[in-house]
Amino acid sequence: MEFFIDPSRCIGCQGCVHACAECDSHRGISMIHLDFVDRSSSPQTTPTVCMHCIDPTCARVCPADAIKQTADGIVQSALQPRCIGCSNCVLACPFGVPRYIPKIDQMMKCDMCYDRTAVGLKPMCATVCPSGALYYGPREAIEKNRRAHPINTFTFGRQVVKTKVNFMAGSTVEELEIDVANFMEGAGEQERREDT
Amino acid sequence: MHNGKVTLRQKIAPQAGLAGSVAAAVVVSSIFLGSSNLSHFDWALLPYALATIFSAAALTYRCAVWLQRPPTKRYWQQGWRLFWQGGVIHNSLYLTRLVIDNFAAQRFIARRSRQRWLMHLCLSWGSLLAFAVTFPLVFGWVHFETSAADLHTYQLFVFGVKLQEFSVDSVQALLFFNALNLSAVLVLVGIALALHRRLTEPEALALQQFSQDLLPLLLLFAVAVTGLGLTLNARWLHGQGFGFLALTHAAAVSALLLYLPFGKLFHIFQRPAHLGVGLYKQAAQAGPPAQCVRCHQAFASQMQVEDLKRVLSELEFDYRCNGPVLHYQHVCPPCRRKLLALNQGKNFPGVGVWGSGAGSTDDSGLLVSNAGPRPLTPDPQVEG
Repeated sequence: MEFFIDPSRCIGCQGCVHACAECDSHRGISMIHLDFVDRSSSPQTTPTVCMHCIDPTCARVCPADAIKQTADGIVQSALQPRCIGCSNCVLACPFGVPRYIPKIDQMMKCDMCYDRTAVGLKPMCATVCPSGALYYGPREAIEKNRRAHPINTFTFGRQVVKTKVNFMAGSTVEELEIDVANFMEGAGEQERREDT
Repeated sequence: MHNGKVTLRQKIAPQAGLAGSVAAAVVVSSIFLGSSNLSHFDWALLPYALATIFSAAALTYRCAVWLQRPPTKRYWQQGWRLFWQGGVIHNSLYLTRLVIDNFAAQRFIARRSRQRWLMHLCLSWGSLLAFAVTFPLVFGWVHFETSAADLHTYQLFVFGVKLQEFSVDSVQALLFFNALNLSAVLVLVGIALALHRRLTEPEALALQQFSQDLLPLLLLFAVAVTGLGLTLNARWLHGQGFGFLALTHAAAVSALLLYLPFGKLFHIFQRPAHLGVGLYKQAAQAGPPAQCVRCHQAFASQMQVEDLKRVLSELEFDYRCNGPVLHYQHVCPPCRRKLLALNQGKNFPGVGVWGSGAGSTDDSGLLVSNAGPRPLTPDPQVEG
């Protein structure tokens, strides 16, 4: 059983956001992010869960040693006795996942519903996602039924990041290079104005 | 990258080993000095002293390794720099307030739940009281003698110097002799509250581990129960089996001291880093903000972003980018999430509309897309 994310399938229903808050490991606080990609011009939304990096940047930049990776590759939420609320992890994660919770002065993040996935159940978000944007299941099923194919290697600048969670990409893509320069906010509007 | 980690560890280990040895030597010297060359040393307490020496060495070793890790080292350096630069009196007052709030009153735990707060207060103050009593006794720094003139008068010696006399029937004697019993009761109340939480709260049940969450409670329980047992035994069982009970108590305390550097309780020594982070956050708020290179919104302090770039490089991560972005640290977290979706759209082959139509469901319950992708921004022709 593996986790597969496909933002192109997200319909913005918020089901994952509410289901996430039901998770026993962080009850009442939703850890999943659901963002509008470019609200001014498109209703497209994108869900973000922790990608559970093989070599997690968040854990390495933590000054308090508060972020631990379990033997099965799950990067856990910050250990409460240790986390000192510095937000290093929030700023260092290349996927923008950890959240700083001011009320308790600590970081919290998606732990892939460890209480559920550790015993073979699906994470809450994948359980309720109606469009398959968040899918948890066997790799064979997704390879058979989707045109896009799963990858788990990303490039941010010169840094290659490998993750436990899979991301659905075009069939020819083996490594997703994150391009920032061509997606500057406001650039599209500028071009459209120039066209008209 | 892994080679880099090994090199860093190899570099740190000898220094940390030296620091640990020095700590052990300091404890041994303080025992010699405090007990007037072992003349007041209570040999019955030898196992406690040995466990303390080992624990001090291991704790110092671990602290030294921890402080040399790039992110910790950066906060350590910045914390001190900000302390000296920002006005020592102002910063001392600020840190005093933090110490009272976070260490004495532990209010940050109350914000999680009142029960956890009460539990932690009982456990921490109970344990601290016990250590404050036992360490000076074990090291021979404090000892009591009966007055030769009056058997009902006790004399208190600190570092071999007589400090005061008091009657064995006084309130002071009652407090002195029962300080450890009081601490044991506090610890037991804390353990009861902690166990209640660990047996009933879904969050705790989901994530707790035996070695990290239950073992320390078990060790504290063993220490508190055997310690209280010594008093009860002496008072009501006329010392029957006292030797065995004393040995069990020594074993339990030694196990707790040996667990300190390796398990959950190490947070006692890490937590003061919160003070440095407090100063850092204060300075970060006052300083210039970092603006996202993509959306131009302020998202963090420039100081922290620059520090992180340095730390990432020391950890052998290379998030430097070509072109106008320069470094991925210049992109704010919400934009990083959006960029993932935007780049997915960019890399889908062909044109079309993402997820148009309802699609169909296959045997496994997957929604099978019946359409190709579309760019995330609307087609200008359609819009116009």
